[in-house]
Amino acid sequence: MKLDHSQPLEYSSEQGRLNILGFWIFIGAEVMLFGTLFASYFTLEGRHGSGPSGAEIFEIAPVLFETILLLTSSFTVGLAIHAMRLNNKKAMMTFFIITLVLGLAFLSVEIYEFTHYIHEGAGLTVSAFSSALLTTLGTHGLHVTLGLFWGIFILIQVAKRGFTPETANKSFIFSLYWHFLDVVWIFIFSFIYLKGMM
Amino acid sequence: MEFFERFAIPHPSPIIYASMVAIGITLLAIIAGLTFFKKWGYLWREWLTTVDHKRIGIMYLISALLMLFRGGVDALMMRAQLATPEAQLLDSQHYNEIFTTHGVVMIIFMAMAFIIALMNFVVPLQIGARDVAFPRLNALSFWLYFMGAMLFNLSFVIGGSPSSGWTSYFPLAGNEFSPSVGTNYYMIAIQIAGIGTLITGINFIVTILKMRAPGMKLMKMPMFTWSALITNLIITFAFPVLTVALAMGTMDRLFGTQFFTTGNGGMDMLWANLFWVWGHPEVYILVLPAFGIYSEIISTFAKRNLYGYKSMVASMVIISLLSFVVWVHHFFTMGQGAMVNSIFSITTMAIAVPTGIKIFNWLFTLYKGSIRFTVPMMYSLGFLPIFTIGGVTGVMLGMSAADYQYHNTMFLVAHFHLVIIPGVVFAMLAGLTYWWPKMFGFMLNERIGKWAFWFISVGTCVAFFPMFISGLDGQARRMYTYSESTGFGFWNMLSFVGAVALAIGFIIIVYNIYYSTRYASRDIGSDPWDARSLEWATHTPVPEYNFATIPEVDSSEAFWDSKYNGHKLFKGKLKEIHMPNNSGVPFIMSALFFVLGFSFIFSIWIGVIVSLLGICACLMHRSFEKDHGRHISLEEVEKTESELRGGK
Repeated sequence: MKLDHSQPLEYSSEQGRLNILGFWIFIGAEVMLFGTLFASYFTLEGRHGSGPSGAEIFEIAPVLFETILLLTSSFTVGLAIHAMRLNNKKAMMTFFIITLVLGLAFLSVEIYEFTHYIHEGAGLTVSAFSSALLTTLGTHGLHVTLGLFWGIFILIQVAKRGFTPETANKSFIFSLYWHFLDVVWIFIFSFIYLKGMM
Repeated sequence: MEFFERFAIPHPSPIIYASMVAIGITLLAIIAGLTFFKKWGYLWREWLTTVDHKRIGIMYLISALLMLFRGGVDALMMRAQLATPEAQLLDSQHYNEIFTTHGVVMIIFMAMAFIIALMNFVVPLQIGARDVAFPRLNALSFWLYFMGAMLFNLSFVIGGSPSSGWTSYFPLAGNEFSPSVGTNYYMIAIQIAGIGTLITGINFIVTILKMRAPGMKLMKMPMFTWSALITNLIITFAFPVLTVALAMGTMDRLFGTQFFTTGNGGMDMLWANLFWVWGHPEVYILVLPAFGIYSEIISTFAKRNLYGYKSMVASMVIISLLSFVVWVHHFFTMGQGAMVNSIFSITTMAIAVPTGIKIFNWLFTLYKGSIRFTVPMMYSLGFLPIFTIGGVTGVMLGMSAADYQYHNTMFLVAHFHLVIIPGVVFAMLAGLTYWWPKMFGFMLNERIGKWAFWFISVGTCVAFFPMFISGLDGQARRMYTYSESTGFGFWNMLSFVGAVALAIGFIIIVYNIYYSTRYASRDIGSDPWDARSLEWATHTPVPEYNFATIPEVDSSEAFWDSKYNGHKLFKGKLKEIHMPNNSGVPFIMSALFFVLGFSFIFSIWIGVIVSLLGICACLMHRSFEKDHGRHISLEEVEKTESELRGGK
């Protein structure tokens, strides 16, 4: 395999460069996916029928907590990639593990949040608003869940194989994915929760 | 017993029972044939596990042709039912099912597959690449599409077909008015095929952006590659909308969510909007590659370089942008108000401008060219006038005030068939005939091909022009019968005659494939059409690595320059070649998607869980797999090359 050593490890192979561009385009498709979900949510936001509205069920405390967890995890995955560029395997793995633990904590709070909504009478089938809310949040949560498994797989490979053009490439792409989920969450936080609570 | 009752057809008829028997016999025949000729290993090694873009292209092609016949039979049944007033051939439920499956099969499983087939085969060759950027994903795309198509066709014999139109508007498509599993098939089969298409989109964008031969700047790409790039950009940004819409529709039907319902805040118009936000760009996903094919064929057979290369590219970019802002014109009558309708009227009519530019560019390419009337060229020349008629009636439909007269009539049906058939079907037949020698090493018979062309082009006009008149007279689309006093009888009989002519044309094409396979000369060289772009620069049949040395390019018609202007294409020396390994995982994973889809359709939750776990296992396997591909040694490349050169 031809390697270009003037580039960071994750960019060094031809396939690696293709993978990264392909993933950016995939993120473009994901933007459309979440864009469609947001558009549907805003269309259906006020249509809560006989069920509760957003202002009645949203609570700031768990949402703020989730935001802090996910934003911090985005920071630590950045540190992990930085450690990878410095070729420090131990630091990279530590920050990677912290990222995944924070992701897991985020998911736990989100699951609590979902049970809270169902408890408040905003289950999936209650109204167009509740369907759209839980589907939008659920799609983001599903992405985080898949990311957790994917991250664990990559972590095992880094532990076993060290930094190779492949493992570095996978770790870097994972970090892109994780940052993207953070960006989506910022939109959810601002335009679903804060706007809904106003 | 209760478990099996759900698989029964709610509304059976002799046609359906006959199909069950036919499908059963075909399956048995295939299995018996493969076993008898000991071809299972060959099938698995050479086709089911292949990641070669050429073979994947050919598999797309075969599937598309199969679907063309399935959709064509639907069309014939519809025309036969409507040929005379008060006909009893089909009842209303069957008629509903047939126009639904005709639309879905033709658009999603035939036309999409056909353009992706040609893109797969041609684009890597045209840019001088050895494969696509992600060969494994390419195989996954195909198998997901294939499983989606098979799943959809299964609806005919297990559980009943969808019957709410290919647009599947809610609340009609909701549980209340469509209680059978038919619409579940629609939601889930299209979802699975759609994921495959999205992956194709990403794959080809990366391939075209990153894997072009040295010297091939963006503005030096062949026009078909340009059209493929734009098309895949539209795919990548339009298909996620469909994914979300179908997921919401599925949840409404299976889990009782309230997205498109009529109570509890649900909004049925949200479906119509989301569907067409995808659906209108989809039209351009189909027609832009067709434009690319015509550009290649017209310049080859007019022996002139393409007129207005830059304006061709610019018009495609403009079309792709406009395609996302016209969707409301599909439902002007559904209460948006005058302001919104006017805005979308203007954007709709604006699309006629870049399309018109393309038409004139083709005409100017033909002007003073030395034209050879080959079969691909005849389709291209037939396309120009018929497509223009279809396109201009589209501008009529785009005027929102006038649309109240045309909406949901046969006038609309005439319009979109006269756009799609010359725009897409003619292009695919032209492209198929044009690239056939590259794919299979012999040419299709020209004389038989011309018979097919005349049947198909005249048949198209006879089948669809009368609908303009009966539509303006008030014949609604999707009506399974009409009374004699309406006076529609004559026009519909005429349409039926045209439909039969079309069918004869397609049968002639099948005969042509058979005839040419048996009798056509295999000694055709690598460039039988005296063409202009790189796919003709390699041998026929194309070796698996496409090009032994990567060509170097300095114009948009490098191959033409190498033949007539002394450009040297292949400067490098032979080296060993790196190729990707075959893999069975895409096939297995897609088969699991089939099980997943089937289980969802019939709410068999244990099947859902098991197949989901299987899909996760495939993903995990891919993550941990170490696959660096394989190398074809220098000796082997030299041997293949000298054999292929000797074969000329």
